[in-house]
Amino acid sequence: MAEVDIRLTLNGEERSASVEPRLLLSDFIRHHMRLTGTHVGCEHGVCGACTVIVDGEPQRSCLMFAVQADGASVETIEGVAPNGELGPVQQAFHEAHGMQCGFCTPGFVMSLTALLRNSPDADDDELLDSLSGNLCRCTGYVNIIEAARLARERMNGAA
Amino acid sequence: MPPDGLIGQALPRVEDERLLRGAGRYVDDIHPEGCLEAAFLRSPFAHARVTNVDLSEAVRAPGVVAAFDGAQAAALAGPLVFDMARIVPEPVRRSVDPLVRVQPMPSLATDRVTFVGQPVAMVVAESRYLAEDALQLIDVEYEDLPVVVDPERALEPDAPLLEPEWEDNVAIAFNFRKGDPDAAFAAAHATVEERFRSHRYMAAPIETRGVVAAVDPFDGRLTVWASSQTPHLLRDFLAGALGYAPDRLRVVAPDVGGGFGMKGSIYPEDLLVPMAARELGRPVKWIEDRAEDLASSTHGREQVHRIALAADADGRILALRDDIVHNAGAFTTLGLVVPYNSLTHLLGPYDIEAVDVRMRVALTNTGVTAPFRGAGRPETVFAVERAMDRLARELGMDPAELRERNMVRPEQMPYATGLVYRDGADQVYDSGDYPGLLRKARELVDAEELLAQSSEERRIGVGYAAYTEGTGVGPFESARVSVEPGGKVIVRYGGASQGQGHRTTLAQIAADALGVRFEDVEVRGGDSGELAQGFGTIASRTLVLAGNAIVEAATEVRERAKRIAAEMLEISPDDLELAEGAFSPKGSPGTKLPLGDVAGFLSPFNPARPKGESADLAAGSIYRPSTVTYAAGVHAVVVAVDVATGMVELLRYAVAHDCGRVVNPTIADGQIAGGVMQGIGGALYEELVYDDAGQLVTGSFLDYLLPTASEAPELRLAHLDVPSPLNPLGVKGLGEGGAIGPPAAIANAVEDALHELGVVVREGPLGPSRVRELIREAVKAGHGKVNTVGS
Repeated sequence: MAEVDIRLTLNGEERSASVEPRLLLSDFIRHHMRLTGTHVGCEHGVCGACTVIVDGEPQRSCLMFAVQADGASVETIEGVAPNGELGPVQQAFHEAHGMQCGFCTPGFVMSLTALLRNSPDADDDELLDSLSGNLCRCTGYVNIIEAARLARERMNGAA
Repeated sequence: MPPDGLIGQALPRVEDERLLRGAGRYVDDIHPEGCLEAAFLRSPFAHARVTNVDLSEAVRAPGVVAAFDGAQAAALAGPLVFDMARIVPEPVRRSVDPLVRVQPMPSLATDRVTFVGQPVAMVVAESRYLAEDALQLIDVEYEDLPVVVDPERALEPDAPLLEPEWEDNVAIAFNFRKGDPDAAFAAAHATVEERFRSHRYMAAPIETRGVVAAVDPFDGRLTVWASSQTPHLLRDFLAGALGYAPDRLRVVAPDVGGGFGMKGSIYPEDLLVPMAARELGRPVKWIEDRAEDLASSTHGREQVHRIALAADADGRILALRDDIVHNAGAFTTLGLVVPYNSLTHLLGPYDIEAVDVRMRVALTNTGVTAPFRGAGRPETVFAVERAMDRLARELGMDPAELRERNMVRPEQMPYATGLVYRDGADQVYDSGDYPGLLRKARELVDAEELLAQSSEERRIGVGYAAYTEGTGVGPFESARVSVEPGGKVIVRYGGASQGQGHRTTLAQIAADALGVRFEDVEVRGGDSGELAQGFGTIASRTLVLAGNAIVEAATEVRERAKRIAAEMLEISPDDLELAEGAFSPKGSPGTKLPLGDVAGFLSPFNPARPKGESADLAAGSIYRPSTVTYAAGVHAVVVAVDVATGMVELLRYAVAHDCGRVVNPTIADGQIAGGVMQGIGGALYEELVYDDAGQLVTGSFLDYLLPTASEAPELRLAHLDVPSPLNPLGVKGLGEGGAIGPPAAIANAVEDALHELGVVVREGPLGPSRVRELIREAVKAGHGKVNTVGS
């Protein structure tokens, strides 16, 4: 299959690659760029585990082709706090025990990071609405909701 | 209970940081150099003869390295034989004299397929994309065979046979009787009899299954990474099936993204992927997709109970009768486990003298059912707890009051039920305060104020469910505790974590038992290369079995270290204390001999080392429990039912739980909350539906509905923990408990909300259309007295 050249910004770095047009963005990130923190749970856009931030908005990377990210800025879980301390959303998931197996967690962190960057004063309904785009099978969500409120409080305080 | 050392403290998890940075290592993150990828062609038919499989085009497709059909796979690896499923302990045989038939499962179908999703052919290619392309070039000829989906239909004399050599579809059957149920029913003041069905739903962890296998080209050793709850059992199975000595085969469960029982079974792909890696001399990977998971990974539940209760005028239950049909799906892979759990948890917390139970397990042309969080308990609790509410209604009693009146009282402990547990021991509840749990749940749910808000349009009801759970089943778990010369302590255990936080809780246990700091302990599990013996993390067992194995091993290490430290300091061992990783003479806390120095003293390079001592400061232990220990819980829920839409809203959910001594309260509550949500999913949203032709009609997450954060109710938890007298730690298992109660409690609450309409809930899930149907039927039957109800 003929390959297509793409260029994109991935976690702040310029990257270029030749990819098949049918290659999913999730597979490109995981298997071509070897950033395995983005997880794939359903490959049909329901579970949200593969959520990344594309040009500031949360996107399910299993519902995008890599070629659609040509020219875009893509941020994955590895880009949230690359070196230093955990970011506020990550820290909140840790403190509130909003995670168990950790497989869905990067997706939640990316969804919530995008929401709180765009609307730091999101109300509870908006938080819940955002969280409902990601499935978790371990926690029963109570502590995830707690983590989201904690992250909002801290990001509001920082803003 | 106040914290006793580290046990009981809500320490933050040591697992989290790596996972939060996206640096977890799940099976699909492992990609050895030159790794090939596999894809499976699966049966589109529920029952058919396979007359021809033509791989000739597929093997010529771009990037394809090999393709296998059933005959080739059978020649290379044979069928899956579940020998363990045949084992019936002698006391179980004496108690219920079971019929247990277990079929070998072909790794790839040979002459017949018996459920939709059964693997028929495997393609191995340079990438998953190319492997899936080639699947479309495989030509399979099928000849339709008659299909049976319903387990009761499967037991009828003229039903199509799943196994042509058998005379019927009965895979397992047993009866249990105690007391004189016939006399009790004849003499009863009140009786109820109903048919309740526990519908089929499943674990559906967010990470699907997956296997990576690689043969070392230099020494021929095989390494398998699998998203498994039982890597050691998989190692033993693969060693037999592929002809490896167990020490030349290593199975690793890396980070695993949830399991809930589904990853405790052994599957055809677990065998086929390593087989392909061996045949092709290259690493091979297969990652299940969601459609495969829903169709082909193990399902849970699906039992039909015809249950009857007899009571006297005071609400004292005199007898219970139950005729149970369990749907095994197309194969029985684990024998008695699930159906027998249903028997030994049917009486739950209740003291009932006369019992008559018949269990029949039917093969059908559906996916295999196997343990899923609760494993036979939610099914049986749904039936018995629904029957309790029907009886309460019949007697005009409060359902909570009826329950309390019939519960085993704390002073009856230890209480023998008269049954034999699956491990062969008499079933004896070791400890617990069941009436206390009920009172606590009732207090927590605080229903009165909410019930007062009920209206004709939005009806509010309360429901309860009580259960017991045998936890920590044998045969064994292993652990090894070692002190490294730098003072670091490594704890290896034979289980594997799928999110339970073992690296935190087991470190708390080890640090306390050894006398070292929590942060000096590193816990390693899920790897047969780290520890040769192990059983796995299933059945609410790891805390009980691995936890106590660690205590035994750590105690042995501490005592040996003390003896050596005493030699080093030239004082009596009795005069030494070990705290925070260092020995001090009693009364001289300023003098410290770090444990790491004791380990270093044993170094072979140390000329002063004591003669005859081994170089490692380590000990292993195998913990074999005498039998299970009984956790218990009572759930209480208040629901609002919108009569016009049929929508059920959970207003408040309360759980009172007894899981023995709690090691980490935050993690314990997280386990309960997660279990409750899976139970809520089953109660309200999730159902695996087959049509009459055996097609799975809920084959994606668009049809198989998992609850989201928006569906999470207000959850109130309380512990009424009674330490287990059966193990040194006093712990009971709690992984499954939360998932047992919700289907029954919610069904009871919905029926309570709609009781004026005459609604009887006989099965779930209670989605809007089913609730509307129940209301319509009740109105049609003439119970309706509400004008807001459409017909």
